[in-house]
Amino acid sequence: MAITKKQSTALAKQVFEYAPAPEAVDHVKILPRYGLFIGGKMVAAHSKKRFPTINPATEKTLSEVVDADEVDVDRAVKAAGKAFESWARLPASRRARYLFRISRLLQERSRELAVVETMDGGKPIKESRDVDIPLSAAHFFYYGGWADKLEWAFPNRKPTPLGVAGQVIPWNFPLLMLAWKIAPALAAGNTVVLKPAETTPLSAMVFAEVCMQADLPPGVVNIVTGAGRTGSLVVSHPDVKKVAFTGSTEVGKLIQRAIAGTGKRLTLELGGKAANIVFEDAPLDQAVEGIVNGIYFNQGHVCCAGSRLLVQESIAEPLLEKLKRRLSTLRLGDPLDKNTDIGAINSRAQLEKIQGLVESGVEEGAELYQPECVIPERGFWFPPSLFTNVAQSYRIAREEIFGPVLSVLTFRTPNEAVEKANNTPYGLSAGVWTDKGSRILWMAERMRAGVVWANTFNRFDPTSPFGGYKESGFGREGGVHGLLPYVELN
Amino acid sequence: MDVRKTYKLFVNGEFVRSESGRAYRPDGGQVNVPRGSRKDLRDAVRAARTAFPAWAGRTAMNRGQILYRAAEMLDGRAAQFVELLGGARARRELDQAVETLVWYAGWTDKLPQVTGTVNPVAGPYFNFTIPEPTGVVGIVAPDDAPLLGLMRRVAPALCGGNVVVAMAAESRPLPALTLAEVFATSDLPAGVVNILTGQRKELLPWLASHMDVNAIDVAGCSGEEVKAIEESAAGNVKRVIKLPEGERSPYLIAAFMEMKTVWHPIGV
Repeated sequence: MAITKKQSTALAKQVFEYAPAPEAVDHVKILPRYGLFIGGKMVAAHSKKRFPTINPATEKTLSEVVDADEVDVDRAVKAAGKAFESWARLPASRRARYLFRISRLLQERSRELAVVETMDGGKPIKESRDVDIPLSAAHFFYYGGWADKLEWAFPNRKPTPLGVAGQVIPWNFPLLMLAWKIAPALAAGNTVVLKPAETTPLSAMVFAEVCMQADLPPGVVNIVTGAGRTGSLVVSHPDVKKVAFTGSTEVGKLIQRAIAGTGKRLTLELGGKAANIVFEDAPLDQAVEGIVNGIYFNQGHVCCAGSRLLVQESIAEPLLEKLKRRLSTLRLGDPLDKNTDIGAINSRAQLEKIQGLVESGVEEGAELYQPECVIPERGFWFPPSLFTNVAQSYRIAREEIFGPVLSVLTFRTPNEAVEKANNTPYGLSAGVWTDKGSRILWMAERMRAGVVWANTFNRFDPTSPFGGYKESGFGREGGVHGLLPYVELN
Repeated sequence: MDVRKTYKLFVNGEFVRSESGRAYRPDGGQVNVPRGSRKDLRDAVRAARTAFPAWAGRTAMNRGQILYRAAEMLDGRAAQFVELLGGARARRELDQAVETLVWYAGWTDKLPQVTGTVNPVAGPYFNFTIPEPTGVVGIVAPDDAPLLGLMRRVAPALCGGNVVVAMAAESRPLPALTLAEVFATSDLPAGVVNILTGQRKELLPWLASHMDVNAIDVAGCSGEEVKAIEESAAGNVKRVIKLPEGERSPYLIAAFMEMKTVWHPIGV
């Protein structure tokens, strides 16, 4: 049956509304308060101080966690030190089995973890469900396989574990960052004390249950909650032999300075200001999706976010038109709704930081575009935003915003694109969009960045090493390269 | 009556006096050695940075040829170095320095094959990881083996395509300055290796805190110096390389490298 012209116009004008599709939360049990995970069980803390962790979409308190103090951290490190003696001596194939077991448990409890992650952090459920949790499980599975094959990873050497690893992780991918830290450490025979981020401790508390369910030997994994001070206690504890930190460049520098001269091994995965470069021959519709994924994924709370769009001048107009149109279809709202594209900003502090930087962009002369978008009354929200007329000197083009804010710059020649892309103290990631394979590799060669995505963005895989150049840190996570920071090569 | 050599700094492929006009006489000897300044160091870093893209962009084969050429030049001057080094172990040190150069010359085109990977990601991407040079590397020569100690670090750094600002051993700087003559006649482009002499106490803090130095190797440094270097290094998240002094391996080359991962699409 043919559709008449009139009918098709009416169809095109029709707005498709989505019915609410909230993910169920009744299968999730969040305790009103948590202790610390030390020596294989949840224990009462020495510290009497606690702080609430809230749902940033509702500002309601979800639970209360401990602000661990010096005694707590010391207990955790001691427990890890004690466990190290037997964990490192355990046949490697047994270590592997524990990691596989953890991976399976994460898969089995995936929906619960996705909901907890979304409630505690504000990210859309479709992201925690389809990205964070499956990748976390995959990470443990991948490194589980390495545990008894380490001698094949380091030819001509005998790799041995370092001891207790002190690990501090951020709030943007709480469980995934935990997996990136714990899996390679354990595979190599180390034990860990991990401090999750202040605003997102809950998935780590579920992970503690997973460790117990897996019968992981006591003390192999210890989790202490707290804020920056707890983190600094963990990294500076004298018995911690290895420090791994993911977070801001500012704090990374503090840590590097704090542990100077101690002989501790260090890896840092810090900030970024990635260029996402679109050439005139790029598949534009695909590029628009990639740009959106590059900067609005996880509300832009991504260290490798494609926060600087470099678009070739000849296609700037049509591309921006398509991009703006696409922005207006992004759905901001309840992170637990399966149709939500943009969830809540992780915390009030982060929201204020984003607002401040966006104001600076307007003040400095950039042109702000935000689609019409209903902002919920409660919670922390920021609409997807893009700036045009941006000069490289503007703060919004130099500083990491860590929010859903894109700065658009243009270029004429490939050399100009290279120069602008590399004109930053960071060097975590870059994106290239072009139909030409040889140009992809030409650009990839010239990007001073640890990860280069071509015709895609923000993809992660446990086999694929991740980490930065320059002030984005050093060391790699993922792949065989991710083992190196956790072994001594004898 | 012999024609004596004026020892100079080696910066940007040229032999220059310290801009400060200062000199010192190491070990109470009679030879004047330039006492490099902060500004000399900055000049060296700038020369290195300028030389970096072209050196990193050379083919691995070409870098290997040039390092091997340097080994030839060094071996050809063996007698001179043995005399400069002095002592019973001089010949052995020289031989080992030559051997180190030859060994790393052969690594330039193998490193990516040994330390790179193809990663089987779950998606339609050809995903690979390759080593790339980190950039400007600061190296401090130890006093006890002024030639070999320097070579053990300069060779692997150059092998991967880095450029170097090296500080000669303060008490025995002459072998390093003569080594500069070897590099200057080995087709090594200007600025790829720069060698400074002077007081460590004076120069090290500037090297460690320089915002355009990407990495610093501390094999030649004392524990106290390492602590101070690490504190300053945090200013621009420098890589501080702390492998044992005698390390000779692709793991050492890799310590001067960044691993880059590329996701290349697969499709029609």
